Amino acid sequence: MTASTDLLLEYLPIVIFLGIAGVMAIAAIAGSYVLAPQRPDRDKIAAYECGFDAFEDARGRFDVRFYLVAILFIIFDLEVAYLFPWAVSFSEIGLYGFWSMIVFLGLLTIGFVYEWKKGALEWE
Amino acid sequence: MAEAGVWSTYFYPLFLTIGYILAIVVPLLLVLAFITYFERKVWAAIQLRKGPNVVGPFGLLQPVADGIKCLFKETIVPAGANRMLFVLAPMVTFSLGLIGWAVIPFDQHLVLADLNVGLLYLFAVSSLGVYGIIIAGWASNSKYAFLGALRSAAQMVSYEVSIGFVLVTVLLCVGSLNLNDIVEAQKGLWFFIPLFPMFVIYVVSALAETNRTPFDLPEAEGELVAGYQVEYSSMTWLLFMMGEYANIVLLSGLSVILFLGGWLPPFHVEPLMAVPGVVWFLLKTAVVVFFFTWTRATLPRYRYDQLMRLGWKVFLPASLAMVVIVAGALHAFDWLPR
Repeated sequence: MTASTDLLLEYLPIVIFLGIAGVMAIAAIAGSYVLAPQRPDRDKIAAYECGFDAFEDARGRFDVRFYLVAILFIIFDLEVAYLFPWAVSFSEIGLYGFWSMIVFLGLLTIGFVYEWKKGALEWE
Repeated sequence: MAEAGVWSTYFYPLFLTIGYILAIVVPLLLVLAFITYFERKVWAAIQLRKGPNVVGPFGLLQPVADGIKCLFKETIVPAGANRMLFVLAPMVTFSLGLIGWAVIPFDQHLVLADLNVGLLYLFAVSSLGVYGIIIAGWASNSKYAFLGALRSAAQMVSYEVSIGFVLVTVLLCVGSLNLNDIVEAQKGLWFFIPLFPMFVIYVVSALAETNRTPFDLPEAEGELVAGYQVEYSSMTWLLFMMGEYANIVLLSGLSVILFLGGWLPPFHVEPLMAVPGVVWFLLKTAVVVFFFTWTRATLPRYRYDQLMRLGWKVFLPASLAMVVIVAGALHAFDWLPR
């Protein structure tokens, strides 16, 4: 057994777990589909729109701010992803490691302040 | 002889693992079912009502009846929907709600997969939770579902960031991503005392992350008629609910591990030490779940702009500042782990 196989073996229970969870989900939906009578008709399977027929396709335009939030999320989530290994090895990297990360966070904070002043975080 | 070798190297560990997984999943599903009963009873008590009391003694069979009812309902797939994705979405939410439990330590080393990056794994699984919702909203091809999914996704990712920073501060104090190590680092002092602001941010973010009151905007009945779930019926809907509750219990359990000392007893005195760690862990988790229920009965719903303001303009700067403060304090006072 090499070290890398051992490492991968640690994840094997999770893969099996995922398989079992998936099988349970499929079994639940399939079981209900078989057990319950299925009698679809035109009105039953129409998309809900307060009793009206749907006016147009639902996949239209949407507010650009949702998109903006997604981009901001990517930036900050990546930042968190960088912080994880830094935090784990914090006791070994000393003051140099500490100040390097402070500089990095400072740069991101400048960007964050810019977004804030530009009104990217306003939802009025 | 060769067959015996195959049996002991491959099949026996496989069946053992499946046995462990079922030992987690079966009680978990029962707990999820009875949490619905527990919640309704708590809300009833808070509002001076009786709650479910018809099916079985004290209404205890109510969750079973609800489950059977959902099983025998018709599975409706809307005409314009993307059938594959529509059915896939609840399965994704349900599976992700369950697999997070693979790394939760119930007692010292009583854990299915003792990963050295357990916390990172949990962070990843909870991030993936957005997919089930986005897929549901897109595949339904209904305006309410679409808007609800967008709002829900934006809300979840906003608070995900603050949760990430909270996890980083805990990591700074522990120096390991292993959940066992995180609990053992709290032998002297549970982290919710020194990191109290982060504990508050974590609990509020967990409420937002699981779309619970006061942050249950995605399903705001008055405007979005249940949001991304509006087109779902029968088992597909039930899987969404189970996935959501599994997430609530998972984040409660994680808060116990991060801040409330996991399986450790509150005081190191003899009668408390004798109680198995599992009992402490489950007891503390139950208290946090009760807190979730309590907030839902007490608080009104936030407005969407207030929600985003709280997430981006209060929690994000505050938690970022706390990361710097905690790191600086650990250095300055020489409190570094190890």
